[in-house]
Amino acid sequence: MTETYVRTTSSPTLPAPVTHVGWVPWTRVHLFSSLGNGLLTLVGVFVLAMTLPGLLDWLFFSAVFSAESGVACVGEGKGACWAFVDAKFNQFVYGRYPGAEQWRVNLTIFLGTAGLVPLLVPNRFPKKWFVGFLLIPFPIIAFVLLPGGAFGLVPVETSDWGGLMVTLVVAVTGIAASLPLGVLLALGRGSQMPVIRTLSVLFIELWRGVPLITVLFMASVMLPLFLPEGMSFDKLLRALIGVALFSSAYMAEVVRGGLAAVPVGQYEAGKALGLTYWQSMRQIILPQALTTVIPGIVNNFIGLFKDTTLVLVIGIFDLLGIVQSNFTDPNWASPQTATTGYVFVAFVFWIFCFSMSRYSIYMERRLETDNDS
Amino acid sequence: MSDRFKVTKAAAGNPLNNPKVRSFVIQLAVLTLVGSIFWMLVDNTITNLQRQNIATGFGFLENTAGFGIVQTLVEYSEQSSYGRALLVGFLNTLLVAVIGIVIATILGFTLGVARLSSNWLVSKIATVYIEVVRNVPLLLQLFFWYFSVLRALPRPQESHSLLDLFFLNNRGIYGPALGIEGSTLLVLVAALIGTASSYGLKRYVRLNPTVTDGVAQFARFSPVLVLLLPCLFFLSAGMAFHVDVPALKGFGFKGGWTLIPELIALVLALSIYTAAFIAENVRSGILSVSKGQTEAARALGLKPARVLRLVIIPQALRVVIPPLTSQYLNLTKNSSLAVAIAYPDLVSVFSGTVLNQTGQAVEVIAITMTIYLGLSLFTSLFMNWYNRHMALVER
Repeated sequence: MTETYVRTTSSPTLPAPVTHVGWVPWTRVHLFSSLGNGLLTLVGVFVLAMTLPGLLDWLFFSAVFSAESGVACVGEGKGACWAFVDAKFNQFVYGRYPGAEQWRVNLTIFLGTAGLVPLLVPNRFPKKWFVGFLLIPFPIIAFVLLPGGAFGLVPVETSDWGGLMVTLVVAVTGIAASLPLGVLLALGRGSQMPVIRTLSVLFIELWRGVPLITVLFMASVMLPLFLPEGMSFDKLLRALIGVALFSSAYMAEVVRGGLAAVPVGQYEAGKALGLTYWQSMRQIILPQALTTVIPGIVNNFIGLFKDTTLVLVIGIFDLLGIVQSNFTDPNWASPQTATTGYVFVAFVFWIFCFSMSRYSIYMERRLETDNDS
Repeated sequence: MSDRFKVTKAAAGNPLNNPKVRSFVIQLAVLTLVGSIFWMLVDNTITNLQRQNIATGFGFLENTAGFGIVQTLVEYSEQSSYGRALLVGFLNTLLVAVIGIVIATILGFTLGVARLSSNWLVSKIATVYIEVVRNVPLLLQLFFWYFSVLRALPRPQESHSLLDLFFLNNRGIYGPALGIEGSTLLVLVAALIGTASSYGLKRYVRLNPTVTDGVAQFARFSPVLVLLLPCLFFLSAGMAFHVDVPALKGFGFKGGWTLIPELIALVLALSIYTAAFIAENVRSGILSVSKGQTEAARALGLKPARVLRLVIIPQALRVVIPPLTSQYLNLTKNSSLAVAIAYPDLVSVFSGTVLNQTGQAVEVIAITMTIYLGLSLFTSLFMNWYNRHMALVER
């Protein structure tokens, strides 16, 4: 009888050959796979070597982080003057809103955030309550809190508003007004009634065909002419009306895409169930249409958020406007002040827009997997 | 259930339940509402204009403008009319839009391809560029280029120079102008004829595969025509030309051509910003071409560069063109930001200076909006035509 040896445990896994792991093969595959690719990599390295050191030096190493005045930022080889941003930070956020009343702005922002965040997390919170809060009580609270004048709150003129707060007010109002208006316009454009369809098309194409600046000019110089004598609008309100009209046209086109994506069977099913037009829209079509275009809606919001900077052209001090108006402060006059201000504003906008775009990509992925299952 | 049935039956006699009648009533109501609001606005405007003693009508376009414009593509002086100023502004807008579109397209296509490159470093650099530029407001970028970069350049006396022919300072870029005595126009026309005939010849050979080899060989060298014709004309004109080199006189440069810093800043900001969006469109267009197409082309023995040029790009282009059109439109509309840095474009000259001088807000804004609407319409028509032209290849 021969003896057999049977191995009961598996042999240890050998490490992959050196030619396939580690950074050497990685660089070979990803950076130097061919002669042309190698040259491209060298060009890329050259570009980085030309830009990065100078950029980092300006941003951090040679930057002035704390100083009493702009004098510290003057000089050969001095980098960003962050002390300027530090000194003016309060003004950049609130404009000339009185210091004792700034809690009203904070409270509004807090309430808005508290209402919005639960909506962004899918399937976790009862959305109805938060949507309801954002739609009805929140605008009323904001409308009472920010301008004041009621319930013993000191009135604050909108000409004293400024900075990030104005940027947010314009963006949020534009977003909030453009959604319902856009949905109505999109429904109008898809309507069977020729008059309503023509009016919607005219409205949408008019605003989409002209630049936002001309709309803002129109709102600031022509709106007062449209109103009866003795009646006048606040400057900020006029800009808000312009922004809302403009963005609702763009929103309408996004929603129209969503409506077209809903299969005809869904419309027919609604009719077969005996639902009225509005019932079937509200309960069958719109929920499906709006979910498919969430990424498009968010992209629209990003565009609108960036476009709010244009209000500075008609003399409203949004974040960019207030930062720029501070460049003339003789106390902070230095060659680096302006660039520092611009980079700061760019960073703030970038944070907002980039997170919105990431959220839209996340939702897009979720929708894709939802549709597959 | 039976209650509802009764209601329906009882209401059957009601004409409002007839869809046709109801739709007519609704449309009539909407039309009346919109019409009366419109009428109210017009009425208010007329009353307000009369009260403030503002003239109406388009007669003001004939009046003398009385202000100068830094950059004019057509003849213009302070004695010219407001209508002439409108034309100058419009041409300046077109100039920025055209240069911006060309640069943005080249940069955008390069970035879009770079982002999909198998080279890790190149693709990451393109990604960072796109994500940074896309998420920062255009106006801010414009201010950055104008105030932080171009205005911070040295004074004319200390300007950077290239071969003592080109100069860069805080007043713009200066370069030498080439003038051909007496016959500049002729040479230009010859160049145009050369280009057109070269293109025509190529097209003829491409559409008629049966042409003889001799013609095909000749057509290969047809680009020479582009240079040859103007050269012949130039020689026949006696080779007389002069170079007008810009030179420092007093506090500024005289002679040659000039690009004002406002124009450079606007073109830079617009093309860099729009390129990021075009790059994303190009990327999604290329991704939309299925991988089998690349593999099939490779299997047929085409080299990677030819695969890209002959197989992927023609198919990707069809997906890219519609969003590309809207990017071009956006760029054209965004050129109105010129007003923020005082580049004399349509909005800045007309809705800015002319509106302030005449006070005729309604007319001025209406004209401006109509021109932009017309531009948008023209661009979409042209791009739709091009789109159809491209789509025809599909079988």
